[in-house]
Amino acid sequence: MRQFILIAALVFVPLVTPAYGKTSHYEAVVAEPFIELHTGPGRGFPVFHVVDRGEQIDVVKRRTDWFQVRTKRGVEGWVKLDQMAETLDIAGRPTALDDPSADDYVGRRWEVGLQLGDLDGASVISLYGGYHFTRNLSTELRVGDISGDFSNGWIATADIVHQPFPEWRVSPYAALGTGVIHSEPQATLVQSEDRTDQVGHVGLGLRMYVSKRFMFRADYSSYLTFTSRDDNEELDQWQAGFAFFF
Amino acid sequence: MASGLRILLLTGLVAATAGCSLFGRDNPPMEDAAASAPVISPEVERRSITTPKIDTEDFQITGFVGLISVEDFGSNTVYGARIAYHVSESFFLEGSYGETGDVDRSSVEVLDNIDLLGDDRKYSYYDLALGWNVLPGEVFIGKNHAFNSALYVLGGAGNTSFAGEDLFTLTFGAGYRVLATDSIALRFDVRDHLFDNDVTGEDKTTHNIEFNLGLSWFF
Repeated sequence: MRQFILIAALVFVPLVTPAYGKTSHYEAVVAEPFIELHTGPGRGFPVFHVVDRGEQIDVVKRRTDWFQVRTKRGVEGWVKLDQMAETLDIAGRPTALDDPSADDYVGRRWEVGLQLGDLDGASVISLYGGYHFTRNLSTELRVGDISGDFSNGWIATADIVHQPFPEWRVSPYAALGTGVIHSEPQATLVQSEDRTDQVGHVGLGLRMYVSKRFMFRADYSSYLTFTSRDDNEELDQWQAGFAFFF
Repeated sequence: MASGLRILLLTGLVAATAGCSLFGRDNPPMEDAAASAPVISPEVERRSITTPKIDTEDFQITGFVGLISVEDFGSNTVYGARIAYHVSESFFLEGSYGETGDVDRSSVEVLDNIDLLGDDRKYSYYDLALGWNVLPGEVFIGKNHAFNSALYVLGGAGNTSFAGEDLFTLTFGAGYRVLATDSIALRFDVRDHLFDNDVTGEDKTTHNIEFNLGLSWFF
């Protein structure tokens, strides 16, 4: 299971780094009276240089909301996103920058998240990826690593998720899905068999847009495990975590 | 409440909300559309806005080597990798994986000449943590060199494989990062891994403190 999560993480990473490998330089022209160059990409780093209106700068790279630029005289420094957004390109058009907002959140296509929770007394850590067909409807694949006092295991499900009010900042959703759950007893207990059973579940949850690419997510799911024994087993799961979209 | 009934009710709710959304797609009435149409339609060529391809470096991959004190089982060399996504200048998410070779023998094993762990002497873990760059800054080496740095704290959860069991683990720690160049960083991390186990016969919460040195690359 651990290897599976690692592989899944490695698969997701290239998906969210579309700019990797493209070391193109973008040239911008300062349109405001001046822009400020900081010594580092973050709060508190001092301004050590200014570039005047009309001068050209090379944009080398971006880190979060900061842009590393090089002036024609070879001075390198970091410019904040709001100042970078006021520059023009060489043709005189405003520099268009990728700055995810609530509108992008509502129209998002892909979503990846991590959640922590409780599945009938056992701890669950889960990773999911989702694709939005429309603003209301999405599908999700989810894998969870379960560790309890008496047994360990994993759960993998495929869900259909419906969000009736996608434009709300705090927005409810309902999910319906199926998958498999695998459990193996702890080594220190008397050995009993490993089991893999099919599960079906329904769930209700909330998404909350935080900022940029970030959202908070919490949900409750009721699982029905179809066992080969006389009784089907019912499991309750609560979980909460973070997700980002792209 | 019977499980069947609960699932039936929730299924009904899913179906109902799905139905609502179909009705919610309101098409504007035709007369409104006609009234708002401009009398003269100017021929304006729409500019297509293209976002320039700027190399974003929000990911950080790290290889590390260090020591971990596995409670009751001595200090052991640990090595592993981490991958972080920098969400903003202040926050990042980081996933880590680390493992040791065979851990040392505990004092009980040495004194009584027994083997508590058998073949399961390897300790490995993974965790996912949220980090906060609490004190960003610069360090100065000599008169002419300044390097960006940050002191960060992080907390998260994960899973540890030890003694043939998977154990839910909480992780807390702090670290210090110095950027040697704009893309390469040296880091020092201290982490505490907390989990409950009963390997020595009593159920207890163990603290497994790790410190390590790592080399990172931003991409």
